[in-house]
Amino acid sequence: MTVIDHIPVLMIVIPILASLLTLLAGWYDRRFCYPISLITVLFQFGSAIAILLHVMQEGTIRYSVGGWAPPLGIELVVDGFNSYILAAIMLLAAATAVYARRSVETEIGPEKTVSFYVLFQLLITGLVGMTITGDIFNLYVFLEISSIAAYTLIASARRPRAYVASFNYLILGSIAGGFILLGIANLYAATGTLNMADIAQLLPASYGLATVHAAFLFLVIGFSIKAAFFPLHLWLPDAYAESPSAVTVLLSTVMAKVSIYAMFRILFSVFTTAYIIDTFPVTGFILFIATVAIVAGAVLAIAQKDLKRMLAYSSVSQVGYIMFALGVANQIALEGGLLHILGHAVMKGCLFMVAGLIIYRMGTSRLSELKGVATTMPISCAAFALAGASMIGIPPTIGFMSKYYLVLGALEAGHWVYAAVLLLGSLLAVGYIWRFIETAYFGGLHSDHNEAHPRTAAREGPLSMLVPIVGLALLCLFLGIFVEGVMEVVGPAVSILLGGA
Amino acid sequence: MIEAFYELFLSRYNYWMAIILMLIGLYALIAKQNLVKKLIGLNIFQTAIFLFYISIGEVEGGTAPIYLPEGVDALYVNPVPHVLMLTAIVVGVSVTAVALSLIVRIYEEYGVIDEDELMQAVRKR
Repeated sequence: MTVIDHIPVLMIVIPILASLLTLLAGWYDRRFCYPISLITVLFQFGSAIAILLHVMQEGTIRYSVGGWAPPLGIELVVDGFNSYILAAIMLLAAATAVYARRSVETEIGPEKTVSFYVLFQLLITGLVGMTITGDIFNLYVFLEISSIAAYTLIASARRPRAYVASFNYLILGSIAGGFILLGIANLYAATGTLNMADIAQLLPASYGLATVHAAFLFLVIGFSIKAAFFPLHLWLPDAYAESPSAVTVLLSTVMAKVSIYAMFRILFSVFTTAYIIDTFPVTGFILFIATVAIVAGAVLAIAQKDLKRMLAYSSVSQVGYIMFALGVANQIALEGGLLHILGHAVMKGCLFMVAGLIIYRMGTSRLSELKGVATTMPISCAAFALAGASMIGIPPTIGFMSKYYLVLGALEAGHWVYAAVLLLGSLLAVGYIWRFIETAYFGGLHSDHNEAHPRTAAREGPLSMLVPIVGLALLCLFLGIFVEGVMEVVGPAVSILLGGA
Repeated sequence: MIEAFYELFLSRYNYWMAIILMLIGLYALIAKQNLVKKLIGLNIFQTAIFLFYISIGEVEGGTAPIYLPEGVDALYVNPVPHVLMLTAIVVGVSVTAVALSLIVRIYEEYGVIDEDELMQAVRKR
């Protein structure tokens, strides 16, 4: 066994130890926390890229934790699909870690910074664990590790409303966790194993059982709550809007994507397409709800007065796009969906980072108070415009490419109406993105005389926050232009999904 | 008729008990105004799941899965669901701890733990 075979488990073990080290070092001196955290996340990012390259060349990595053989022991499996997700989420996690330092200084009390970085680390590690595990109960354990870290991180904002937001998320998140646990219980009762590949093999024998149908529904509903799939998104706007900026970025990019990944994994790798299309046809219904989500999320986003809340509702809409791919469930649409997982993470990460930067400089994110902000913060507003263009789907950005594949897939499957609604959703995205652009660039022109805005950002944000923002904004563009490179990874990933385990 | 009743309810009474407990928990989560009572509902909900897991591991006439001396034959209950529940109980305890500390903070900030009053207090600020 070479080092690369051990990397999957090291990606979990080292960060958990590092989070303990952060706690100890923070006890001695608070300033040690951030460097430890940053180095660990960068290590994880590097490992994710190494794993991706390795998997691309030599195929799936399987690792039996503790040397116990798979059906009994816990197995870590990294194949073409989750190595892609892993690389995508670690890219965003690394960008967030760079961004977090200055944001944490202003938004979180100094006495809480130590625990913030500990939890930050645990959240990322829990999500990495969810992504690479091949054991369904292990998936639940990592889900709860990341969820508990997330509840606490949301509550770490100084605003008292954050406590309420966190409590509501905790209640819904725990119900989701309970449903997932029940689903796993039913799967175990039907097959007698917890290993995902094993379940996929044994399950076809009992496709007709009510136990399996119940397991399926519990798992789908549980992960839908976690992924904030309309109409189970009610925890999302408060949780995103009230948490500290760095946490919002992490939740909206990394955590939401991993929940969706888990849903794809369960539906396609555990239950396989034979079940979700033939035995228990659910894709049509998911497609319908996803289309409703696209429109409803965008309409709600347009109605918001607060920038972060607007972006939060936009996330509800964008989750709809990804679930749309799941509903169509053919090769092209799923390629679009996976592309959108990466694309949405990059562009929403950039948008939330800009929102956080505005809060950092101006102390507010109410749209009415942001008039003319582009005059003093030109770089970040330009980045917002670029990422916003990607959100709308203007070529040649990544957002255009993923929607292009989604529409192609829908047309191939004959879903003309749904494809039309998807395009309507893009039009609605113009509505909310343009509201900020208009306020930021042209808002100052009208109201300068009665000086209605005493608070304006004095200057552009600090470099450590601008670098990830600009980097992600450019990535929106370059990923779209060089989309063939991404498709080389996404194509095989989709084949894995459709081909079963 | 009696056989159908037996088939549906009595032979699967562990399922029904889990469902009833779960629904009690969910009802408390949805209908109760007091945040602490909501949390108690959540705990009942989780306990129902624990009991469900433990009951599916049961084998009729089975004994605890401990190695017996050579030559002694015994039927074991399935230990895996029981072990899984140890983990889930730890998770449940942690969630309860986080939730209680959040309720304490909410009470410190707003002076209420009733949901409707809390929403009013949140809106006022």
